[in-house]
Amino acid sequence: MAVSSNAPVLEIKDVAKTFGPVTALKRMNLSVRPGRVHTLLGENGAGKSTLMKILVGLFQPTSGSIMLRGEPYAPKNPIEAKALGLSIVFQELSLCRNLSVAENILATHEPNRFGFINERDLNAQAAQIVQDLGLPVNVRTKVGDLSIAQRQLVEIAKGLSRPADVVILDEPTSSLSDSEAEILFTIIERLKAKGTAIIYISHRMEEIMRISDDITVIRDGSFVATTEKQNTSIEGLIALMVGREMKDIYPPRLVERPSSAVPPVLAVENLSETGKFENVSLDVRPGEVVGLFGLIGSGRSDVMKALFGFGQPAGTIRLNGVPVHLRSPADAIRHGIAFVTENRKEEGLVLQHSVERNINMVALGQLAGQFGFTRPARERAAAKTEVLRLAIKTASIDTPAGSLSGGNQQKIVIAKWLQTRPKILILDEPTRGVDVGAKFEIYRIIRELAAAGTAILMVSSELPEVLGLSDRLVIMHDKRVAKTLDAQGLSPETVMTYAAGIHQ
Amino acid sequence: MSNSTETKQALLASPLIRQYGGIVISLIILCLVFSSISPRFLAFNNFMNIMQQVAVIAVAAYGMTYVILLGDIDLSVGSIIAVAGMVAAQAFSMGFGFAPTVLITLAAGAIMGGLNGVLSAKLMLPSFIVTVATMGIYRGAVSLPTNGAPASIENETWLAIGSESWLGLPIIIWIVIALFAINHIVLSRTIFGRRAYLAGGNREAAIYSGIRVDRLKIIIFMISGVMAAISGILLSSRLSSAQTNAGMGYELDAIAAVVLGGTSLAGGVGTMVGTILGALIIGVINNGMNMLAVPYFYQLIFKGIVILFAVWLDVRSKSMRA
Repeated sequence: MAVSSNAPVLEIKDVAKTFGPVTALKRMNLSVRPGRVHTLLGENGAGKSTLMKILVGLFQPTSGSIMLRGEPYAPKNPIEAKALGLSIVFQELSLCRNLSVAENILATHEPNRFGFINERDLNAQAAQIVQDLGLPVNVRTKVGDLSIAQRQLVEIAKGLSRPADVVILDEPTSSLSDSEAEILFTIIERLKAKGTAIIYISHRMEEIMRISDDITVIRDGSFVATTEKQNTSIEGLIALMVGREMKDIYPPRLVERPSSAVPPVLAVENLSETGKFENVSLDVRPGEVVGLFGLIGSGRSDVMKALFGFGQPAGTIRLNGVPVHLRSPADAIRHGIAFVTENRKEEGLVLQHSVERNINMVALGQLAGQFGFTRPARERAAAKTEVLRLAIKTASIDTPAGSLSGGNQQKIVIAKWLQTRPKILILDEPTRGVDVGAKFEIYRIIRELAAAGTAILMVSSELPEVLGLSDRLVIMHDKRVAKTLDAQGLSPETVMTYAAGIHQ
Repeated sequence: MSNSTETKQALLASPLIRQYGGIVISLIILCLVFSSISPRFLAFNNFMNIMQQVAVIAVAAYGMTYVILLGDIDLSVGSIIAVAGMVAAQAFSMGFGFAPTVLITLAAGAIMGGLNGVLSAKLMLPSFIVTVATMGIYRGAVSLPTNGAPASIENETWLAIGSESWLGLPIIIWIVIALFAINHIVLSRTIFGRRAYLAGGNREAAIYSGIRVDRLKIIIFMISGVMAAISGILLSSRLSSAQTNAGMGYELDAIAAVVLGGTSLAGGVGTMVGTILGALIIGVINNGMNMLAVPYFYQLIFKGIVILFAVWLDVRSKSMRA
């Protein structure tokens, strides 16, 4: 390579992008050096996605210059960007579920002769890529049959299927468990050793501090600062990012935690479902936050689904001491259970419908008048109340939910469940893909709900979050409850040893 | 205060014009073209003609709107129209009076539609496949009682539906208007209608929100069956008989009306207002070309082109908004 290791391989100078009257990027500066991980940090809506779209050629900048290896760089589309040596791994999965892993990884450059794909070469090449990256995936498997985490790893393999000077990783770990994230970090180390520059986007501060070399903070479409990792701290970065000091990311409890004498509102005894989970017992008291922690595949998601009326588990579920049979989600909702699902786009929202329609989705029946007629005025008032209460940033309640940022979409999902005034709130990865500001607000909402007496069962793969919010922690390993612990003073290491099955 | 200004703004910015602009313009252009060629086109009597011709398709299209809104399709409505006529003819010949025969006919429609829904929801078969199959089954079943011969209907009340007027309007048009009002209110102002939008917009999210999507689907196919049966009543009344090939191909006209009206084949978006406008376009095309004595095969070609054009206009105006 002609470029010396200190010269930047990618240099972005004063890049701006406007869409008519709307300014998406005001002034962006970024200098990425080979063999280094350069993290881009900013709240959702700060301009990261716009910048990425410019880099892969989906948008053209309104002004400013971009140099790649010292030459002007202006790709017209992602394929051209890739040919010029810039690869991107999308956060939103861009895989075809009906095709195999190999077909996806080599999509658009399949080995072929006169347009006929050579199946054997295709699988061999893909297998080589997968093996080089150390991914535990069979390339002949259909992507639709993989878990979300595995799909994300395949997405990464797809992005790295061609040699690139600059690789952009957009929130690659948002759906990965810790062990899978480790695979990714190993891949990143290997790429660095080869001299590849990596632009890394993530909201997880711990991993940013671990793998970054340089960190650039952007806010409101403008460059704020670039520092080397050793010269900064998580608190310092968050302050730069939100433009204010944020003392403690986990807000303090608003009221005393309930005493162990208080009878639980939800009690689960020896719940089992063949192949999914075995002998799971847990309970949650009103006003208590119980964290359910486990690595992907530990069975925690299936347990929550069972508590929401999916499947036919053996064992007992008691609500306020009374055994219940939950046959369907409708049944669970009637019993006062709410379930904030993990994938807001698939299971949470109707993206093309308005904010109002989405907020009132579950409580429709409660808001309605006689004979099944809806009451528009009451619905609008209810939606407005939730928008104010949860500080949802939206132009109006008639805006399509799909046009809001991830954090605000997540708040809509929470709002639609709060409308039902649940006694038990189950949260599955409530802050996945949400920026720091919105995360803080979601934590605040959780605290307020607990203070109002709601029993909360929370699943998260972010250990600091689970530890920061929970009163007690139920740790699952290999489809069983490994241990239930008081969260007070609990160390992440202890939790991980149980979750990884080292402690028996 | 903020409330009244808000309503005013909502009315002004209400996407009515944007939503139906393309289709209304298409409708106006068609009317202008036909009336410039034939002055008789714009006569009040001819408008009544168009409405009467539209009636059978419009009513079937009301039912189809729910189905397409849910992201499904019902290809069996043309066959249900024929079965309904035959059921009525048989009921009359067995000595039933007008009211019981209407109920029996509607029940037959509900059963046929319900069967579509149950097969699709409970066996998890795509509604396209289920209704392709039942389209053939129901069409064949029409001929069972008479071995393929038409059956005449002589009940006077039944025949009055297609021939008499009330307050200056043909009864058939009153029925189209009344059913429009009912379906429009059900779709836009009831929990049931809202659930159809939600389940069509995102099935998974609807299930997680406690909507019983399977049950909803069965009910919606039953409604489609009942609407098709009413179409069958209107058609058999106008023809004074039950024909085995009645309503052949009407499912495609009904689908075209719904899609012309802006209902998304992907589900989750659409209105009854759009559907009646779509049905009017189809009626205007049929009537205008009949009046100009355009040969049937040219009519088919022209109708196809107009459908493509109107849907293209619609898609274009929507993507410009986005």
